[in-house]
Amino acid sequence: MIDTLIHILALTAPVAMIFASLFAFTTWLERKILARIQNRIGPNYINIPFTKFRKTFGLLQPAADGFKMLVKEDIVPHGADRFLHLLAPILALVPAMMVLCLLPFDLPFANESMKRIHAAALDNAVLLFFGITSINTLAVFMAGWASRNKYSLLGGMRAVAQMVSYEIPLVLSAAVVIMAVGSLSAQKIVAAQSTHWFIFTPWGLAAFFIFFIASLAETNRSPFDLPEAESEIIAGYFTEYSGFKFALFFLGEYLSIFAINGLAVTLFFGGGNGPWVQAHPWLSCVWFLAKIFGLIFIIIWLRGTVPRLRVDQLMAFAWKFLMPLSILNLFVAAVALKVQQPWLTWPLCALVLYAAAHGLSRLQQKNVGPRTYQYAE
Amino acid sequence: MSTAAPIAAPPYKLVRHDEAEAGLLEVSMGPHHPSTHGVFRMDVKLDGETVVRLKPVFGYLHRNHEKLAEGMSYLSSMPFTDRLDYFNSMANNWAYALAAEKLVDVPVPERAQYLRVIMAELTRLVNHTSLVGFFLNDLGALGTPLLYAFRERERILDLFEQASGARMMCNYFRFGGLRCDVPAGWLDRTRALVGGFPKFLDEFEKLLCENEIILARTQHVGVLSGAQAINAGITGPMLRASGVNYDLRKVDAYGIYDRFSFRVPLGAAGDCYDRFMIRMLEMRESLKILEQALRDIPEGPVMGNAPRVFKPAAAEVYGRVESPKGELGFYLIADGTTKPYRYRVRPPSLINLTVLEDLCVGHSIADAVVILGSIDIVLGEVDR
Amino acid sequence: MKLLGSGIFKGMAVTLENFVRSYFDRDRKHHLFTKEYAWKSDAPADQLPARADTTVTTRSRNFPMLLHDGKGSEDPMASIRCVACQICERECPPQCIFIEKEYDANGKFVKRPVIFDIDISVCMSCQICVEVCPFDAIVMNSEFELSNNDRFNGLLVRRDALLKSNDYYHRIHPEEAQERDDRMAREKAEKEAKQAAADAAKKKAAELAAEKAAELAAAKPKVDPAAPTATPQ
Repeated sequence: MIDTLIHILALTAPVAMIFASLFAFTTWLERKILARIQNRIGPNYINIPFTKFRKTFGLLQPAADGFKMLVKEDIVPHGADRFLHLLAPILALVPAMMVLCLLPFDLPFANESMKRIHAAALDNAVLLFFGITSINTLAVFMAGWASRNKYSLLGGMRAVAQMVSYEIPLVLSAAVVIMAVGSLSAQKIVAAQSTHWFIFTPWGLAAFFIFFIASLAETNRSPFDLPEAESEIIAGYFTEYSGFKFALFFLGEYLSIFAINGLAVTLFFGGGNGPWVQAHPWLSCVWFLAKIFGLIFIIIWLRGTVPRLRVDQLMAFAWKFLMPLSILNLFVAAVALKVQQPWLTWPLCALVLYAAAHGLSRLQQKNVGPRTYQYAE
Repeated sequence: MSTAAPIAAPPYKLVRHDEAEAGLLEVSMGPHHPSTHGVFRMDVKLDGETVVRLKPVFGYLHRNHEKLAEGMSYLSSMPFTDRLDYFNSMANNWAYALAAEKLVDVPVPERAQYLRVIMAELTRLVNHTSLVGFFLNDLGALGTPLLYAFRERERILDLFEQASGARMMCNYFRFGGLRCDVPAGWLDRTRALVGGFPKFLDEFEKLLCENEIILARTQHVGVLSGAQAINAGITGPMLRASGVNYDLRKVDAYGIYDRFSFRVPLGAAGDCYDRFMIRMLEMRESLKILEQALRDIPEGPVMGNAPRVFKPAAAEVYGRVESPKGELGFYLIADGTTKPYRYRVRPPSLINLTVLEDLCVGHSIADAVVILGSIDIVLGEVDR
Repeated sequence: MKLLGSGIFKGMAVTLENFVRSYFDRDRKHHLFTKEYAWKSDAPADQLPARADTTVTTRSRNFPMLLHDGKGSEDPMASIRCVACQICERECPPQCIFIEKEYDANGKFVKRPVIFDIDISVCMSCQICVEVCPFDAIVMNSEFELSNNDRFNGLLVRRDALLKSNDYYHRIHPEEAQERDDRMAREKAEKEAKQAAADAAKKKAAELAAEKAAELAAAKPKVDPAAPTATPQ
């Protein structure tokens, strides 16, 4: 019994630690990339304490920010529901941490016996993943409700609508992969992609796009950052959070980004598969993280480019574009898996999906488009 | 007519105030809200997320500009005009100088006229680029267009600093000319900037003008008809976006604007997208004016022989320019002393703001922010 | 016919280009619009930061300073240009200048300020004081490191802190200072020439008067009553 507990701890604690420290690095990375996209410099010097050494490339910025968060006053608004106000950030963080352990993240030091007990070896990891992440919706709404602030409430309501809607295309696009593999186990999905990643199939590519867009909405990232739309509702559901509670939200948000991108990597990019993994098994962990960071770069890049959608457009996009497309993709994938002729399925699937996307996008943008203007002399 | 007609039942249903408001969420957006462009407040009544009523509240930045100006000499008000619309100090200077020059007849030398046009058009570039950036910020873009705009704005501000000594509060115009000539090499640097600006505009247009999210967010949002715009006294790009051809540079041809060939872009729909695009297109026209002005600028003095003590005879004048935000006018009443008897500013931002509620009602709260952004207000000018 | 999202991809191409070019493009790299703070570690206090990438130009203005013509360690008050005429105090738009005149033991105005305070928390750097000063005594400084822990006394700059030598002025605003010096020299020369002319005229008049007196004395008996009325016209 004790042995089992130690094994579980030995496997989960490093995962939690790795991602928590990567979180700090990612905040720095995000600020740096955004800054460079915007032709700024970004955080570039934080003193090493008690020295005059300044040139740290801002790498100590997350540490300084974290310290600041810790020593800041914890403000609970007058009349707020104190218990829920405290519970919400915890509830936002815990599921994000839990699902990280479901990822097929091969720790280099873990031996076979440890892996067997490992939570990640669950047969229904993908299903559990979606189950646990949906708790996040509750946390966000709880925060919005408990803050006793109108902006928070608006943000919370937006978040519920958005997260519930986008979960459907998210799951439907993941279902394609589950169909192909015939298993819900993350390990088996990765094993099935040892030679050919699913991203290189037409239905896999479409499914990845849908999954990626839906995951942006699930994690409240731009252009779907409506629940925390800064220019409209201040900071949305965490307007009234400060200090450590805010840090927990922040941490939870980034961990869920890791988690959902980890799932994307598992489903479409072959998990830890990559060159030289056969010779050096420890590389699998590196590949896994590298792929996650590749996706995170795209997310940051997107954040630096696009403005935000409006609520009705967001919902329309989920229900009228992503939903039909992901359902169609299920059929396309079924046909393609049955036919098993790449030279035939590739053009056919691509054509069908492109035509569908095109038609749906026309429907979305009926009387909207670039204009020409007249001039008066 | 003679006999009292029976009062017909009103075509609408009368409801009690508190009944009508039941279920509405009242949100006070501002004065610290991130996207109210300063200390401005919108008292919004929301039905869900739809704006049912919107009351603009301003005055937080009131500085008593008009009354202050009545207590000091004409020249001393000039630095205060910088602070009206702090993005366009040069245009504000010009409007005030124009009004004051009508009081006493001081001729403005040729070179000063050209430099005034150059400064005003550079100011227009500054304003429109940063406005587009702020507008996109309101749309939710994370500052990228704004910072691209600021990148170019910095170069123009550097030019302003080289010429006038200050980046934003230039205080450069004087009655009868300019405070000082531009330094050596300044015109060449300006030519280089104007030559490189279209490239930036291309980049900007590529980034923004076809982005589906921007199209979907701005088209058919906050539609202002031409008639309504004229009724409300709207001026500037906002009026032209509604399809009304009214540009003071053409109408008044103040300064030497009649010497330049440029076109006035006109919108058709009068929505936020038109207001945004009209500004993008106006920048191209400004560049045309700049090219011509930089080509034709003569040598010579920049200051006419204005009187050392500015003491106009009793008169009433109104001087107006096409500031980047609209018609900026100064109305002065002189009573023969060194101080104006009455000093009144016609701020374009304030008057353009009056239609805010009409534009916003029925749209969502996210659109209200975008509409406010497309109006282009600066609270320094609204509140004075 | 475009697919939904093509405009977004176009925009993403622009941002990616900017991202890459911010590292590799020389022009873009050196024109990142964030100017890094110009740390001045061991430069003397009255020197502009050495870093070339500040935007401070020879025309930049920040807050006013008072000029004196002294060199080196001379007492600046001995050659202060300000005569405490208080025109700047009167004309200052935000009313941030406070001047008190200096009187000697006999109560005679000695044409120097005993107090000259500028509240730089009020000053708006408009340069009106410079323009109205008839004595070229007040000009704009371009020193920008003015942050202070004391919000009241630290931002109220006193006369002695405001006093800067003309050499310093030449260092920060060379063209303007030269122009001002030339104009002052010209005006001084003109004034001297005028003075000399006036002196000469006076001398001449005195001589003439002496001659006339001598003449008059010589021809005392015949007094001409019409002469005094004719001269004033």
